[in-house]
Amino acid sequence: MLQYFETEARTARQVQGTIENVSRRTVLGGVLATSSFVVALRVSTANAREALTPYPTGAAGMPHTVVADPNVFIAIAPDGAVTIVTHRAEMGTGIRTSLPMVIADEMEADWSRVRIVQAEGDEPKYGNQDTDGSRSMRHFIQPMRQCGAAMRHMLENAAAVTWGVEPALCRAKNHQVILLDGTKKPSGKSLSFGELAKAAMAQPVPPQDKLLYKTAAEFTLIGKGSTKIADLHDITTGKAVYGADIRLPGMKFAVMARPAVLGGKVKAHDAAKALKVPGVEAVHELEGVHKVPRGFGILGGIAVIANSTYAAMAGRDALDIEWENGPNASYESVAFDKEMTATAAQPGKVIRNQGDPDAAFTKAKQVFSADYHAQHIVPAAMEPLVAVARVADGKADIWAPVQSPYGARKDLAEALKIPIENVTVHVTLLGGGFGRKSKWDFMVEAALISQKLGGTPVLLQWTREDDLRHAFYHTVSVERIEVAIDDKDKVTGWRHRTVAPSIISTFKEDTGYSFPIEYGMGFVNTPFEIANVRCENGKAMAHTRIGWYRSVSTIPHVFAVQSAVCEVADQLGRDPKDFLLELIGSDRRLDPKALGFPDDFWNFGDPYEAFPIDTARLKNVIRIAADKAGWGKKIPARQGLGIAAHCAWSSYVATVVHVEVGNDGKISVPEVTTAIDCGLYVNPERIRSQMEGAAVMGMSNTVYSGITFKNGAVEQSNYTDFTVARMSNYPKKVTTHIVDAPPGTHSGGVGEPAVAPFSGALCNAIYAATKKRLRRLPTGDIVT
Amino acid sequence: MPSINVNGEKRDYSGDSAMPLLWFLRDELNLTGTKYGCGAGVCGACTVHVDGVAVRSCQTTAAEVTGKSVTTIEGLDGNGEHPVQKAWREVNVPQCGFCQAGQIMQAASLLAKNKAPTDDQIVEEMSGNICRCGCYQRIHDAVRLAAGGV
Repeated sequence: MLQYFETEARTARQVQGTIENVSRRTVLGGVLATSSFVVALRVSTANAREALTPYPTGAAGMPHTVVADPNVFIAIAPDGAVTIVTHRAEMGTGIRTSLPMVIADEMEADWSRVRIVQAEGDEPKYGNQDTDGSRSMRHFIQPMRQCGAAMRHMLENAAAVTWGVEPALCRAKNHQVILLDGTKKPSGKSLSFGELAKAAMAQPVPPQDKLLYKTAAEFTLIGKGSTKIADLHDITTGKAVYGADIRLPGMKFAVMARPAVLGGKVKAHDAAKALKVPGVEAVHELEGVHKVPRGFGILGGIAVIANSTYAAMAGRDALDIEWENGPNASYESVAFDKEMTATAAQPGKVIRNQGDPDAAFTKAKQVFSADYHAQHIVPAAMEPLVAVARVADGKADIWAPVQSPYGARKDLAEALKIPIENVTVHVTLLGGGFGRKSKWDFMVEAALISQKLGGTPVLLQWTREDDLRHAFYHTVSVERIEVAIDDKDKVTGWRHRTVAPSIISTFKEDTGYSFPIEYGMGFVNTPFEIANVRCENGKAMAHTRIGWYRSVSTIPHVFAVQSAVCEVADQLGRDPKDFLLELIGSDRRLDPKALGFPDDFWNFGDPYEAFPIDTARLKNVIRIAADKAGWGKKIPARQGLGIAAHCAWSSYVATVVHVEVGNDGKISVPEVTTAIDCGLYVNPERIRSQMEGAAVMGMSNTVYSGITFKNGAVEQSNYTDFTVARMSNYPKKVTTHIVDAPPGTHSGGVGEPAVAPFSGALCNAIYAATKKRLRRLPTGDIVT
Repeated sequence: MPSINVNGEKRDYSGDSAMPLLWFLRDELNLTGTKYGCGAGVCGACTVHVDGVAVRSCQTTAAEVTGKSVTTIEGLDGNGEHPVQKAWREVNVPQCGFCQAGQIMQAASLLAKNKAPTDDQIVEEMSGNICRCGCYQRIHDAVRLAAGGV
């Protein structure tokens, strides 16, 4: 995600220009700058294969864009084993399996003979590796198909040379190349991939515009539901390797004490008692990065190095440290919420204006207005941050569960003052990421400690408390929605004010205002057919590190918008689902210019022409979710259904939550029905697991999880007070409906889009069940 | 020297008697399948069996299990074919997988004492184990499935 900040000022037009330049030069071999879907230019009926014209994606705006060279990603051994490199990080989405599936399917490899290898951090070689922003499939399905198709052609060409026939008579199928006779029927002759391996890999790589791709009807893995994740057996037997599972000879264990308040420094410290703790071997101070903006600079503090993690923790407990807190010690959540609420009541900076909202509100017969509040959240992945580093003889090897290994590598080289060529970043499995593990401060700490120890390998373990107290926090927010309604009960005006400290404060001087990426997440692009719309941003300064957390600003924005829709529906005596569909209005692709979207409107990084917001697709998922959930059915007292939907990460999601509120007020969710249209999809089994997980995370975000600050420090410490959904109360049955979009529909994101709608849908359901409207997240699990 | 039986092997223990079993397993025996998640006994990622019963290894000192039998995920079944492990794969439970060793050990402990748990009993037994990815629905399904095969 970091590159977003480097490219934030680019307009869609400029991004489009980048795509053309980059792809003509190196990548896709001639992207057409049109909004065309994948087009079949010519079809070879004998092989049922088609030529494809690449469409532009946001990958062109990412550092190192994409690489589509089969020789980088695929190797075939003489025994027929196919090795596929996966260059994106696995944190639970299944991408380590899904991208290789794309290659394997397209090249006709037998999946059971595919071995997956994790790439090191090397973007010039592999293309962008920043596994974030629900981008892996969106950006890489095309280059991975290209790799697979090219390798298939290379196998067929090698077979053609061997047999002395035209390549058109050679057809790859299920790990072998079959010789066709003059009537295009199998001749009975074949060569295995293993037999062809050496000759195939020596073949020139055919250019993109000479490739024929498999048609959807020929897919054996893509879109099928039976492929298990590559690491399934290892995970169930304890063999899977996460960050803390790396073991190096002579490795030591370290933990750090860091300042509780952002910008805090060690004033004085005494390590004498810590050094007496059995097993403690050394104590070192690390200087924090105090220049603002801080980026991912380390916080600084005292590192304790020992012969076990336990001894290091005990040593840390024994440290005497006097801290100097600095100006952020005034940060206090209750007061800050009041401040933001006051700001939201005043006009803010206008980000989108369409029509004449002031007139609409003046003329309105009724005006609805409400404030929606949300607290900070931390990703709190089950695997706390951890890194293993060995920095010796001018070279550095760092093993870590990292979402962005190349970005980390660049900063590591700088922090260690060694050339980037001498830094190797090894990517382990991630025990969850949710955005925190794309910020690599923990890796720099580990590397600096190893360097201070003169090259001794060290495992730096963050404790759960560290994880909660030194995060990059999902922002705190107040969203104010005002709706003007005329004398015919029609909505004539919409005003949305967002007030939230911005992620951009981590990377640039803080102005107190958000930036295009946050505006693009369900704020300026609310797809309602309302004549007069204004979106305003009120000022809120950051007093802690603000970062992105799975689903980012869609969480507060969509919560507010989808709650308000239901509230207005209720005020007008309308069904919330019908009213939502009515507000979305006619089937159309939104015209950003006509609607007054900002010139620098950010469309999840994707070029708008290729990924327009299509209201027909949005309405379709709403109807599917509502129908499958039995919207309108009679349900018992103190139960209710709530709905919410949005378009995000170039996918469309609608969720219906069925809630039950006990007589004691206890919220429980027996059922969730989610519909997603993510275009061409690869692994439906993993899409379902993402939808189920999104509902659970949505439940945590809505009901349980909040981080608050007092005297500048986080008040919570562990899962005891930063609570998350458990088996005792989670959405019991999530049913997922994946839309089979028309052939050629571009792949959208899956990891993030389903989280945000859950909050609005649940609070709407609670209202339906109890007539109580909850506008503050987290709500707590009891409706009072 | 005090010893602990870990996955059927006698392992000598000479360290700090207050050291949690978790760190003895991970840092001294290199049995890294058992995970650190919270250090407070509230997430379940570190769950192992002591004499067949699930315990939080971050809250159990190595000294407390002297002379007892500890089973970790690596030792649950030599071939990874315990009914719970098989059910986990059948149902495709894991997402990131980090909490799964603890979940599996907790489920195996439940089924060892109760071959046919009710849904409520499954919920009660498994509620101490957090999965931040949100695999609970499949964990529940997998425990139910495994119950048929224990």
